[in-house]
Amino acid sequence: MRYSGFRVIAEALTGHRGWKPMWRDPAPQPDYDYIIIGGGGHGLATAYYLAKEFGQARIAVLEKGWLGGGNVGRNTTIIRSNYLLDGNEPFYEFSLKLWEGLEQDFNYNAMVSQRGIINLIHTDAQRDAFTRRGNGMILHGAGAEMLDREQVRALYPWLNFDNARFPIKGALMQRRGGTVRHDAVAWGYARGADSRGVDLIQNCEVTGMRIENGRIRGVETTRGFIGAKKVGVAVAGSSGRVLAHAGMRLPIESHVLQAFVSEGLKPLIDGVMTFGAGHFYVSQSDKGGLVFGGDIDGYNSYAQRGNLPVIEDVAEGGMALMPAIGRVRLLRTWGGIMDMSMDGSPIIDRTPVDGLYFNGGWCYGGFKATPASGWSFAHLLARDEPHPTARAFRFDRFLKGRMIDEKGQGAQPNLH
Amino acid sequence: MIINHPILGPRDAQEFVYLGDAALIDRPDGMTDGIEAFHTYAYLRDNPAGDHRELWYHEQGDRSWLVVTRNTVTHEITKVELARDVARAMGRST
Amino acid sequence: MTQSNRISGGQIDRGQTLRFTFDGQGFTGHPGDTLASALLANGVRLMGRSFKYHRPRGPLTAGSEEPNALVELRSGARREPNTRATVAELFDGLEATSQNRWPSLRFDAMAVNDRLSSFFAAGFYYKTFMWPRSFWEKLYEPIIRRAAGLGSVSREEDPDLYDKGFLHCDLLVIGAGPAGLMAALTAGRAGARVILADEDFRMGGRLNAETFTIGQVAGADWAAGVVTELATMPNVRLMPRTTVIGAFDHGIHGAVERLGDHLAEPAAGKPRQILWRIYARRSVLAGGATERPIAFENNDRPGIMLAGAMRAYANRWAVTAGQRVAVFTNNDDGLRTAADLRAKGVDLVEVIDSRKGDMIVDSRGRLGLKSVTVQDSKGQRRDITVDALAVSGGWNPNVNLYSHHRARPVWDDTIVAFVPGADGPPGLTVAGAAAGVLSTHGALRTGRDAAIAALGLTGAAPDLPEAEDATPRITPLWHVPQGKGRAWIDQQNDVTVKDVKLAAQENFISVEHLKRYTTLGMATDQGKTGNVLGLAVMAELTGRSIPQTGTTIYRPPYTPVAMGTLAGRSRGAEFKPVRMTPSHHWAREQCAVFVEVGNWLRTQWVPKDGETEWRQSVDREVLATRRSVGICDVTTLGKIDIQGTDAGAFLDRVYANTFSTLKVGKCRYGLMLREDGLVYDDGTTARLAEHEYVMTTTTANAVGVFRHLEFCRQCLWPDMDVQLISTTEAWAQFSVAGPNARNLLEKIVDQDISDAAFPYMGAGNVTVCGGLRARLFRISFSGELAFEIAVPTRYGDALLREMLARGAEYDPVVYGTEALGVMRVEKGHVAGGELNGQSTALNMGLGKMVSQKKDSIGRVLSTREGLTDPEGYRLVGVRPVDPAARLTAGSHFLDIGAAAVAANDAGWLTSKVYSPHIGSDIALGYLKAGAGRIGQRMRAVNLLAGQDTEVEIVSPHFFDPEGERLRG
Repeated sequence: MRYSGFRVIAEALTGHRGWKPMWRDPAPQPDYDYIIIGGGGHGLATAYYLAKEFGQARIAVLEKGWLGGGNVGRNTTIIRSNYLLDGNEPFYEFSLKLWEGLEQDFNYNAMVSQRGIINLIHTDAQRDAFTRRGNGMILHGAGAEMLDREQVRALYPWLNFDNARFPIKGALMQRRGGTVRHDAVAWGYARGADSRGVDLIQNCEVTGMRIENGRIRGVETTRGFIGAKKVGVAVAGSSGRVLAHAGMRLPIESHVLQAFVSEGLKPLIDGVMTFGAGHFYVSQSDKGGLVFGGDIDGYNSYAQRGNLPVIEDVAEGGMALMPAIGRVRLLRTWGGIMDMSMDGSPIIDRTPVDGLYFNGGWCYGGFKATPASGWSFAHLLARDEPHPTARAFRFDRFLKGRMIDEKGQGAQPNLH
Repeated sequence: MIINHPILGPRDAQEFVYLGDAALIDRPDGMTDGIEAFHTYAYLRDNPAGDHRELWYHEQGDRSWLVVTRNTVTHEITKVELARDVARAMGRST
Repeated sequence: MTQSNRISGGQIDRGQTLRFTFDGQGFTGHPGDTLASALLANGVRLMGRSFKYHRPRGPLTAGSEEPNALVELRSGARREPNTRATVAELFDGLEATSQNRWPSLRFDAMAVNDRLSSFFAAGFYYKTFMWPRSFWEKLYEPIIRRAAGLGSVSREEDPDLYDKGFLHCDLLVIGAGPAGLMAALTAGRAGARVILADEDFRMGGRLNAETFTIGQVAGADWAAGVVTELATMPNVRLMPRTTVIGAFDHGIHGAVERLGDHLAEPAAGKPRQILWRIYARRSVLAGGATERPIAFENNDRPGIMLAGAMRAYANRWAVTAGQRVAVFTNNDDGLRTAADLRAKGVDLVEVIDSRKGDMIVDSRGRLGLKSVTVQDSKGQRRDITVDALAVSGGWNPNVNLYSHHRARPVWDDTIVAFVPGADGPPGLTVAGAAAGVLSTHGALRTGRDAAIAALGLTGAAPDLPEAEDATPRITPLWHVPQGKGRAWIDQQNDVTVKDVKLAAQENFISVEHLKRYTTLGMATDQGKTGNVLGLAVMAELTGRSIPQTGTTIYRPPYTPVAMGTLAGRSRGAEFKPVRMTPSHHWAREQCAVFVEVGNWLRTQWVPKDGETEWRQSVDREVLATRRSVGICDVTTLGKIDIQGTDAGAFLDRVYANTFSTLKVGKCRYGLMLREDGLVYDDGTTARLAEHEYVMTTTTANAVGVFRHLEFCRQCLWPDMDVQLISTTEAWAQFSVAGPNARNLLEKIVDQDISDAAFPYMGAGNVTVCGGLRARLFRISFSGELAFEIAVPTRYGDALLREMLARGAEYDPVVYGTEALGVMRVEKGHVAGGELNGQSTALNMGLGKMVSQKKDSIGRVLSTREGLTDPEGYRLVGVRPVDPAARLTAGSHFLDIGAAAVAANDAGWLTSKVYSPHIGSDIALGYLKAGAGRIGQRMRAVNLLAGQDTEVEIVSPHFFDPEGERLRG
């Protein structure tokens, strides 16, 4: 069924009796052409684009829990394409362009809102680095502006301009950056995929892979064996566990990232802001909560929860930047498991097993990538060649010395 | 978290800096091993959901590198050793 | 206004009267009151508005789980949005203002949403606002954002202080109700170090709210007696007004102690709140239980509250919620409210017990309850006039902290609630109502047993006093069968039974989907009153049991925590510690300008009288240095002493180039790679003796390099005879550069430092000023004849002053980081902009430094094809063709005539300075295949500022490329 304002009014007047389920709950078929493991944002987007853009059918998404229960369901909702390196920037710009037309494309209001992102500058060296980045963004068609201190003050006069340990000297701004209602992205893709015949199978955990003569034949699941010609894995956070079924070791560690939301407040912060003298970023949701985050806890973890030091560290960054939030209350923290890759950039590639494909290593930047990741993965699955914007996201870049290391930290995942 | 330092006793994990999998002790030989071996060493990880032997450095303390055996699902720590002892046990010397 | 609803008894101090205002109107109350109890005493029921429909609301609860009675407390910079009136302690002069309403609480224009509620069903916004596309961001969303939110932020800096601390104990007891008190008493008498924390300002928990007796005394008096005994024990720390907010790993708990919130403002110099990190060997969670409502139409009106809360207001605060009261319950506990109110002389009109087939099906009264409709077992309906209704749907154990490690509670059919399972945080035991043991005797017993078990006590334990031990009797009723109206589940977020029904209809039947689609449990109370009810309704609608439908678990913090508390003192200028250089005081006397470099403050330049532009100062510093002599504090560079018979061999492993062949008394530039083959750091390392080297690192990597070297030493080559110590802060070090550098230092250094005795790249121990030990290195970052001289840090300030005084004839200048940067760019030395962690030795033009003859960190991986591309980036120098043209670091290289698109991007400018010698801006940059492009012209474009400058690509060595000056 098509959603629109008229439909909402009509249903309101008739007691909402006409709304249909967002998706079916089909039993798994014995076999499919494509199995996508992982019903998070990337997996659902992959299935959606496989069906819609690449004309493929007989597709299933296997989700061990509930649809959208991956990191698409627990992130800080930011979209942007302000990357530095050539291997990344075209991909994230492709993603941002897909965000810009997404809601009309899948007929679901995911509240894509381009209220702008600013990266604050506190030192001359940062300004040089952001100038390099901003120019790269413009060269890639992503757009960027450099704000001086007074322009930042005009946006947010209540930031710490007067008594800061690291004074604000300006900001790099991308007006097209913003936020999206994260759960709605998963639901919109799920609904769009379901309506195109994709079987979305929840509570179905993959427990093994059937590989014969170097080729994938299907997957063992908690709901039995399901055959497949091609299998795509999009389970960021659990990549190591799932690919272990194929005997692979990955250039990835799993780490916990905590995120935070405050009690609801009347409008305070319009856009997205990152602090440059500590790891802290913040936006305000349409419901009024400040949504913010900072560093990962820094140790390998699959626990989906973090510890107090990082909560304190993030609060310190927030208070250093915004001394007016001292009496704003933190409402909730949560932890998600991140695929921290060895250079901080993702992987969308074939594996050594024929017919088995991998999408992961998103570190804590995967949400903004959801549309392009799905599209590129679908491209790879359907055509067996990488999407032009995702060519750099190869497994062998580490062997070949072609890392995409935005932060310049080297092969230490917890520093990316 | 609390790490029970083999010399100093229980210390808050905030005194330490984390590096990663203790397999990083097992560095290939730079004169005999090639890019493949160093690629495996530097970039690939077991990344287990369960017991993980990992390197922590007591930066705000005695500067020991430790090998901590910690469960990555529960965060329970079951063993803490001096990394130097572990390295020697693995046959590393000079 | 008089306290018309104040009744007899209670734990308030009637001897004192406190004045306060709500929305500008004056009221009175007493010490012991909360804002909610005082307002209720004054007959004020309307305290807030709901989030979505702006429904008029009064308090639902009497505790920290309150979803409705949220106010802005205090004013000005201390304004505190979303404060729960039910836990805000009354103080004289308290100011509170209602929130999320316009223009007033009684008349709120946004309440139109309530009339239009059928258009605002759960998730309606996902289905509309999509056409035309631009309208979402231009029209719809701005309207939604303006309307959203609850209270508002002052936008002024929070004037209060916050602090942090650590506490350690054998047993942390969370909650000071009967279970917690008994646990603390048992452990305290056994001599254990105990911390007893309770969020309330009066310990006792439900004992303060009930009329139970324990032994022969009133429960509240028994609690007070136990608290008095505990207070005498030196091994027990009582922490009222302290909320344990989270159970973290290995027994570490976060707790917030409120020291100033019950005062008009915190005592002078004292913090408002303290964040405690409590390290507990064991803990007992005795956090009690939270009552839940029953959903019926219009069950959210001011005057309708939970039965236990109404009882608490009557018993503890001597307040009746109304003059004519009814009770609606599905369990025996609700009947207590009726009994207690009757005993207090309140007109208790009727008890509607759903177990007898009676139900309340509707209510009336826009701004406060006027009547309810009762339907009996035969379906007969009648209205009864009441102004207050107590509702009890049963009690949910407060399993929050139990589930902070993601443990899932289990369903208990006997109390019809989730109770803790076996897999909570290690070391944490749950007791009392939090464990699902709802009787007072059970609380005392499980509290005592929990302490015994946690501490392994074997001695005598306190006797259990007599107390009520009723078996909870409850017949579940979650919601009254639906009519046309709305029945609230999550009151703050306006989630109704209809919304859950719609979610089920649209297949959002997973508990996580339910929560996210309807916003159930996402309000400031985090679902404390609504979650289980919502889950139960979903179970009913989908024909599943509650445990089949799912469980709800909780995340920290237990109740919302002020950001200021979590940040403590790390804010403003104290956000990070300041590291000061030895010349800091001298520089401050000169009114120097400082710059943040990590946590260091370094001198950026030292202005002289008459200089109005920073460039004047920097140019002067550069020219004076190159003309005569300049001094720069370089103490911030990392310094590591490396000693042992294997020191040379060790350095050969950690540096790309060779150090074992370095002669004693010499130093050498060293290039350090990461294991991935990219450049990590650089610096000079000197050999002071056969087995003694001193390494310098960049300022930025001083800590990291030391850590890395320790890793190499302990983990990779554990038997190498090499010892390390960081001496960064042990030595004050100054660069003395310029043609007169030696002349000046000859007046300071006691030994011969002639070129013959101390040649270029010489290094050694010397003495200065007649015997003070020092280290001297003849190294140059500026291209001039230069030395670096180091003395013990405490002499750094004196050495600088002495050099300036003794060398006055050379008119020495002290230069800062800007002049340092100018001179290093003139010489083509790499620094921050080039040492970016993304570059190879080859990129920097230093490829030949990586020895292929030995095993060193990073050598093998530096040979990977992607890092050895001959067309890759190379360091080049850049000059504008027009000397008057300006360059900007971060500009990108484009060929002349090339379009400004990524395909034509040839690299970028890494560093830029103005060179007073060359008389123009000069820059370094990484240019693709740059080595072959020396002499060519290109453009440096800064599209952010519309700059497009024609430049010449030159050698990065702008100044004295042959190095004649530094060898002079």
